[in-house]
Amino acid sequence: MQDLHDLYQEVILDHNRRPRNFGPLPDATQSAKGHNPLCGDKLTLSLKVEGDRITDVMFEGSGCAISKSSASLMTDAIKGRTVDEATELFDRFHQMVTTPSDQPVDEAAVGKLAVLAGVREFPARVKCASLAWHTLKAALTKAPDPAKTE
Amino acid sequence: MTPHAVPVPAASSSFDVKAVRAQFPALQQQVHGKPLAYLDNAATTQKPQVVIDALRHYYERDNANVHRGVHALSERATAAFEASRRTVQQLVNAVSEREIVFTRNATESINLVARAWGDWQLKPGDEVLISAMEHHSNIVPWQMACARTGAILKVAPIDDRGDVIMEEFERLVTTKTKMVAVVHLSNVLGTINPVEEMIALARRVGATVLIDGSQAAYHMAVDVQAMAPDFYVFTGHKIYGPTGIGVLYGRESLLDAMPPFLGGGDMISSVTFEKSEWNGLPYKFEAGTPNIAAAIGLGRAVEFVRDIGFEAIGAHEAALLAYATERLSAVPGLRLVGTARRKASVLSFVMSDLHPHDIGTIVDREGVAIRTGHHCAQPVMDRYSIPATARASLAMYNTTDEIDALVVALDRVRHLLG
Ligand SMILES: Cc1ncc(COP(=O)(O)O)c(C=O)c1O
Repeated sequence: MQDLHDLYQEVILDHNRRPRNFGPLPDATQSAKGHNPLCGDKLTLSLKVEGDRITDVMFEGSGCAISKSSASLMTDAIKGRTVDEATELFDRFHQMVTTPSDQPVDEAAVGKLAVLAGVREFPARVKCASLAWHTLKAALTKAPDPAKTE
Repeated sequence: MTPHAVPVPAASSSFDVKAVRAQFPALQQQVHGKPLAYLDNAATTQKPQVVIDALRHYYERDNANVHRGVHALSERATAAFEASRRTVQQLVNAVSEREIVFTRNATESINLVARAWGDWQLKPGDEVLISAMEHHSNIVPWQMACARTGAILKVAPIDDRGDVIMEEFERLVTTKTKMVAVVHLSNVLGTINPVEEMIALARRVGATVLIDGSQAAYHMAVDVQAMAPDFYVFTGHKIYGPTGIGVLYGRESLLDAMPPFLGGGDMISSVTFEKSEWNGLPYKFEAGTPNIAAAIGLGRAVEFVRDIGFEAIGAHEAALLAYATERLSAVPGLRLVGTARRKASVLSFVMSDLHPHDIGTIVDREGVAIRTGHHCAQPVMDRYSIPATARASLAMYNTTDEIDALVVALDRVRHLLG
């Protein structure tokens, strides 16, 4: 059962119950929709980018505890960062969730996001954790189609 | 919650679930240190030892191409392959084995009809009528056929319980209706549709009828002569058979008149560069080397089911459904999706504030295998305004103990996430 507790850590449950930065962003400069067809998770991510900085970010949608808390944690992590910093965080997060579960993750590189490392024990759930991040990438590059995790 | 708050149905004398389970090797395992409770039968059923043995025997002894050789192995392979066709013919009580076409799966069977029949018969303005509870495989091929031919797709709505609203269905069957394609038993809601009544309505306007029996075939006896659809399709892997084999039953005169689907070897009687002559039925629709092993395995699976009998299977599954419905309904915050008047042992549900995906992950760690998601029926999810459901689907080898294990596991979900 330890791996279940690793997945559903208190921080994750808290972000699931009380997602941060949840709601519309009327003065968004760009946004994207993400969809995980496997589980029906859908989210809309809205960014306000001023110069090269993400000055505000909000998300809306429905999803499982993992995708919702991941989106919530992500918005906290990227708010106030530059676009380049956010992109780098995307890479580090991606690196973390795709590292085999028997290898240690570099917690310092991802900060608070390290609570999602437990998802590696659950291959079917990695996509849930990644959905918000793929949607972020789509929003930053203003891709016209909904981001997909498939 | 006491595990046996609901009376456990008495085991029927003719049906010994322990003895049935013992014949399925995959059911004997532990998952995450817990005994496996396999409750995902609507996705695919496990295989009895006799089916696994039949595959093995074919590859070890009889492996050869069919309908092509004069040597001993080819004759044995051909005999076993054709014997399976007869077994399937008897299963659905078709008049002739010429009416049984082997395909890869139900999806291919429906695509075959949508192509070969659809492109031949559908004209601009014609209508294809489906129901709101179809699997994607009975939606998309018709959308594609409509796009090719200019026909129009119509959808008969369902009510909150998961029954097709028959007044609406009747209203939608008009002289424009050329095809009525409906599911016999819903993989999400468990609804058993009144297909006889639907076929009678289609007959009044001369429409052709396809019934998707993918889920029905392993729960109930099907008699295509009594039901009288034009096409009836199902898939081998859900009736305890191998993957890679499906069935299309088609009325002989209609199959005979239809143009072929795929072209190639086996489906012709003569080929010159100017012209090819089509082979007779059912071979006209079986281009290329078929999945011989899987066809033979399917025949063995059908014999296995027939030997137990749908009466005994039906009684056992009905008792399981009643037990599971009562137990699940008592789980705090759980709501069943699909409570049709006539339904089979498929229980879709949602739990307040808990996403099905989280439910699925947590109960898996308790050894309980259920499906979560949209079950290849996104329009059904939209109908009930839910992103997904969790689904327990029960087969002949399931037990009340396994339902208890699910209920205990759901308790754990609430404990962990609630
Ligand atoms: C009602 C129904 N129709 C069609 C199918 C398609 O079966 P297959 O994927 O084997 O073609 C399924 C199963 O997935 C089903 O449940």
